[in-house]
Amino acid sequence: MRKHFLIVMSALLCMYAQPGPADESARAQMKGLDEQVQEVKSDVLSIAADLNQLEEKLLYPSDTHLAVFVALAHGETLRLDAVQIQIDGQPATHYIYSFKELDALRKGGVQRLYSGNITTGAHEIQVSVSGKLANGKDYSQSGRFPFTKEIKPKLLGVSLAGPESAQAGIHLEDW
Amino acid sequence: MRRRSHWLSMGLALAAVAARPSFAGDLRDLYFGEALYQAYQGQYFDALERLDAELAQHRRVDEPERDSLQYHIRQADFSVGDFELRYRMHLRAGRAIRAVLDAAVEQPVKNEAAFRLARIEFQKDQPEDALNALERIHGTIPDGIGNDIEFLRANVLLALGRPADAVEVLRRLQSAQDLQGFAAYNLGIALLQAGRTPDALRQLDKAGQIDSRAAPTVAIRDKSNMVLGSIMLQSTDYPHAIQAFDRVRLDGPFSNRALLSSGWADASAHDYTKALVPWGTLSGRDPTDPAVQEAKLALPFAYSKLEVYGRAALLYGQALDSFGRELDKVDTSVKSIRAGNFLKALVREEIRQDNLWVVRLRSLSDTPETFYLTDLMASNDFQTALHNYLDLEDLHRRLLSWQSGFDAFDDIIRLRRANYAPLLPQVDARFRELDSRMRVRVEQRDHLQRRLQDQLTAPRPALLATRDERLTLERLRRIGETLRHMGGDTTALRARVQHLQGVVNWRLYTEYPERLTQAYKHLNALNADVQAMQERYTAFVRARQAAVHSYVGYDQSIGLLRTRVGAALGRVDALLARQGHVIEAVAIEELTARRERLEAYQIQARYAVADSYDRAQKQHDGGGTP
Repeated sequence: MRKHFLIVMSALLCMYAQPGPADESARAQMKGLDEQVQEVKSDVLSIAADLNQLEEKLLYPSDTHLAVFVALAHGETLRLDAVQIQIDGQPATHYIYSFKELDALRKGGVQRLYSGNITTGAHEIQVSVSGKLANGKDYSQSGRFPFTKEIKPKLLGVSLAGPESAQAGIHLEDW
Repeated sequence: MRRRSHWLSMGLALAAVAARPSFAGDLRDLYFGEALYQAYQGQYFDALERLDAELAQHRRVDEPERDSLQYHIRQADFSVGDFELRYRMHLRAGRAIRAVLDAAVEQPVKNEAAFRLARIEFQKDQPEDALNALERIHGTIPDGIGNDIEFLRANVLLALGRPADAVEVLRRLQSAQDLQGFAAYNLGIALLQAGRTPDALRQLDKAGQIDSRAAPTVAIRDKSNMVLGSIMLQSTDYPHAIQAFDRVRLDGPFSNRALLSSGWADASAHDYTKALVPWGTLSGRDPTDPAVQEAKLALPFAYSKLEVYGRAALLYGQALDSFGRELDKVDTSVKSIRAGNFLKALVREEIRQDNLWVVRLRSLSDTPETFYLTDLMASNDFQTALHNYLDLEDLHRRLLSWQSGFDAFDDIIRLRRANYAPLLPQVDARFRELDSRMRVRVEQRDHLQRRLQDQLTAPRPALLATRDERLTLERLRRIGETLRHMGGDTTALRARVQHLQGVVNWRLYTEYPERLTQAYKHLNALNADVQAMQERYTAFVRARQAAVHSYVGYDQSIGLLRTRVGAALGRVDALLARQGHVIEAVAIEELTARRERLEAYQIQARYAVADSYDRAQKQHDGGGTP
């Protein structure tokens, strides 16, 4: 039993143990693989960048490109459930938020909610928001905003805030 | 690697220096905000892709100071390093931050860059470089990072084998609220490494009693108590060892080990009755935990020491049964891993949605391959291998999706060509006709403009005559000519013609300013029409170009990308297989070690159960101590 006791003691103190030669070999193998994985990540990131450029050029040429971004107002406690966008009366997107996405918006992240193509000239965007307030009450709000599409890409930023916020409601900003 | 392994094995607290995205304040660049949105969700590939593109574009523009990213450029440079580190791209991490250090920026910005670079170098297991970066910090330190810099410096010094210097740094951080627990624990470890054991024990004792409800601080307090208790146990100071182990929370990650150790401290002090309490609690816990398995042997051992042989025999029997079941589980796990199920379980989407996915794996009823691997999964190297495997799996999915996307691109291009190519010749012919008509009209407008311009320097009212006036003047001129060649007295008639000419000229001269103004108004109206026409012309030219650009010139770039994606997919798949094999091999090795230990326990239990029955029988027969 004394031997058993020693085994236990050595297991308890394993945090001081030095790695053995077998561990070192496995670790070296893992490190070598890790470096190759990093290289392939770099490669794929570079492909992604080129592919994005191609995709943007092919699918969203700059003279017709419209992108709509969504952000939550600073310090906003609104639990955003969904956002719906209509452009010139036609549904463009309807997005339902997960907890992680909502958390990312609350931390100051900006979501690209919609990318599409429209003609140059005057248009109208309608933004509809639904969610829950901090007190548990349902919240929904809708707003219509005119905008003009010029020849360059059009970036619209939608800022959302609940009724308790200083900047309550939906705000559209031209970027 | 060896050095880091060593100091990591000492269990240094690193949580306080974990990289975090740096964004705060007003947002001026939507794409930077988008990169942060991805990063906040842990999607570092997407975040890097977005931020790399945005930074590259920023560096290409002629006047970067007018670009919206300029407002966030430092945060962007810092964030790209953070994201690379989070995405485990240590080799690349730090490039952007080094550029900030070499740029002509204010010293506080350089200081923050040096700190971030040091943090990256430290995580890359390059403490010398980390210290070099830290030594570049001087002058004003940006708000909020002063303590982090010093804490990092202490950790770097420890990694460099300079614990005495680390002690001095850590002493100054003991009152830092944001490092509560971490600074205290690391000071204990630094003192231990510096050979100042009595001071180290006092410090760990202090770290083990920190009053806090913050989860990281409470976890580090448990760790302090575990280290302290283990040292006390080794040095046969059982009362203090028990005191330290008993301070460890019963529901924390160190709980099982603390209960086991506490029991051994009691047993070592020959207080077997007290040892029954922690071991009894522990033996009812998760039977795959090594500490629980130890407890299943330790508990009957205590009863046998207390001469309760019947109870000991019964518990040894239960332990035997339990070890048998656990051996079956280990065998099932090994079999399942060899069938490739472990890797399949790791990439299950519902598991990866959860931050505690490694822990959750065990709760999946159909994943026996994961029952015994939670401890292994918690190890640093295995975590790196595991995350690399998951990253490769993610890259594999992306590349496959891109590969199928190329066919869609080809389709789009084919359809566009089929739509536009037959239309364009007719459109072009009509356009050429309209173009020549337009040129004529524009020339006419230009001519009129020139004439009006000339009026300002050399007024010629006749040029502003109306059509009727011009006809009238012409008629009068012809009548005058006729009268001049007629015989007889035409004086009165000629005077009358002159009078009429004078009336018209009078009107032309007296109305000249109004007529000139009116002419300019008409010209402006014409200009507006011409401008509208030219805008339509430009729009048409642009639309014509866009139509061609929508299907011409993509073949080469798509072909090139298709090849690159194919090659990358091949590399990713090869690496995925190798990484998966390493993970499986390490997992099987771990399970084999666990199996051997369980078998050893089984042998001990078999011997002990027989011995206990024997002693119980003798006790029953003789009524005395065997």
